[in-house]
Amino acid sequence: MRLEYFQLVDRIVALDLAGQTIEVEAAVPQDSTIFEGHFPGHPLMPGVLLIESMAQTCGWLLIGLENFTRMPFLAAVKEAKLRTFVTPGQRLSIFGRLVHLGSGYAVTKATVKVDGKAVCDAEITFRIVPFPRPEFRANMEAVAHRLGYPLEIAAHG
Amino acid sequence: MSSTFDTVANIISETCDIPREKITPESHAIDDLGIDSLDFLDIAFAIDKAFGIKLPLEQWTQEVNDGKASTEEYFVLGNLCTRIDSLVAAKSA
Repeated sequence: MRLEYFQLVDRIVALDLAGQTIEVEAAVPQDSTIFEGHFPGHPLMPGVLLIESMAQTCGWLLIGLENFTRMPFLAAVKEAKLRTFVTPGQRLSIFGRLVHLGSGYAVTKATVKVDGKAVCDAEITFRIVPFPRPEFRANMEAVAHRLGYPLEIAAHG
Repeated sequence: MSSTFDTVANIISETCDIPREKITPESHAIDDLGIDSLDFLDIAFAIDKAFGIKLPLEQWTQEVNDGKASTEEYFVLGNLCTRIDSLVAAKSA
């Protein structure tokens, strides 16, 4: 994770487009300027960033389901539960699944686990629109490559 | 159509916290009920689930933006319910 750059996913662990699920991993950094404020002397991964990590996870699933032709944008977060503190150095396993793929939107559910124990979960809704610019798509493909995204699976649906 | 309308009206009432008695077949979802696009995603999700269909929102939006259709054709609830019935019938056919 590079919190200051909103890079909240480190690696795609598993992507199952047929089963409409994804698993990623992400390590909370030991040091970040964010921990200087959240909180001084008691560093905690902010809940909003945990929610963002779930959104990015499900976003990668949706990009795959749309075969890299369209981009999901976060629209709504429901039933978000932050069950326990997440601290620097912890390794997160983040699981996402599709609940419903509508016309121009999708509903997903995600869970973050540490050592097999759920630490937060939420239902996350996205608007899905064509990439606003070709450069945007190219950048997402470059990021996907860096994350170990199985592009060949996405390409062949 | 009447049962379709009841289902849709209940969904709108619960999703948007609008008194059920204010929702009629003549109501325009946007102009009369003040439903915004984000709330309409929730409504579309609930309708898709309730009827086992996929409302073609993108197609409708495109038709409105292109001037090929008016918002009344899709967002007046009586018209919306007619379209839902057609989608359900097409699914069953």
